[in-house]
Amino acid sequence: MMATATIRSGGPQRREGRLPLLLLMWLVGGLLSMVHFVDAYAADVFANDGLHDPQGPAFMELQRPAEALAVLPADTAGNKVLWVKALRDGLIKPRTNIMPETKIQILDMDIIFSNTGDNDFVRFPHRAHTEWLDCANCHEEIFKTKFGATPIKMSAILEGKFCGKCHGAVAFPLSECARCHSVKPASFRGQFGVQPVEKK
Amino acid sequence: MKHRNRVDMAWPGMRRAVFRGAYLLLVPILLAVVVLGSSPARAEYADIVINNYSDAAGMRPAIFPHWFHRIRFRCKVCHADLGFKFKAGGNQIDMLKIIDGEFCGACHNGEIAWTVDNCDFCHSGKPGTPTQVHGSTVQKLAKPPQPPAAK
Repeated sequence: MMATATIRSGGPQRREGRLPLLLLMWLVGGLLSMVHFVDAYAADVFANDGLHDPQGPAFMELQRPAEALAVLPADTAGNKVLWVKALRDGLIKPRTNIMPETKIQILDMDIIFSNTGDNDFVRFPHRAHTEWLDCANCHEEIFKTKFGATPIKMSAILEGKFCGKCHGAVAFPLSECARCHSVKPASFRGQFGVQPVEKK
Repeated sequence: MKHRNRVDMAWPGMRRAVFRGAYLLLVPILLAVVVLGSSPARAEYADIVINNYSDAAGMRPAIFPHWFHRIRFRCKVCHADLGFKFKAGGNQIDMLKIIDGEFCGACHNGEIAWTVDNCDFCHSGKPGTPTQVHGSTVQKLAKPPQPPAAK
């Protein structure tokens, strides 16, 4: 590509034409970085979040989220990070346990809930959840292992119970209806509840 | 006519260069959009403020950033192995327990993470900030934001 350009523009003339361009780019680049710097300073997340105290002695030492999260796949809600994808793609390698006797159990089994009123059915993927959590985090205290034995209500979830213990607090927020209510009743064939595991 | 000649010679190169420059400019512009456009406040979603004892003890409330920790640990490490309940302020954590190796102290012992004498790394909140899950649905829907002086 470089060679073609040289032939077409013909040597010295090209170099003359370049000078104003370089100046322009230098100016624009400088302006952009200035805008960015001023903007980043004015919009220091920790200075404006209502949580952190800018007077705190370690205020400047705390890592800002953008630095760590910018390299992870972007989401539109919550932390704006697709955490499940980041984990599966190996972009993060979070430890699985601190006690040596902890069992690591990944369960690849979906459950379909059909008692969703007028809304679409809910598909609950065990895999994404057990990649992060221990069985005991949900069973038996929050959810009974037996399908249908726990009366889950959206109103309770919005109050921070059941799924709402994490979703709406740390996992993707409750504004993301369709991520759980993802199965169209009209097109669903099969049994509700525990889904057969697909062979991969 | 030396001057005019110069302009004529400069322009064809200029035009190409400007086009090329426009593409080059796209890169920083796109970067700026990505960096500035991704509202950073949302990244602090799920930060936990714990102010069970801090205010009374004259310390800034502790802020636990979930985003920082889940890069390094799966939920189960703290919420199963270490026994943290899914409840902000619901674990009655105090410094004695932490120094004894419970809760935060299981890692913040100088072996896995930095030691607890870095008080200000955790105790970094605005004095008077109530215990909360920052940005949670419950915080947004159920409770109006409490004034710091409420406690």
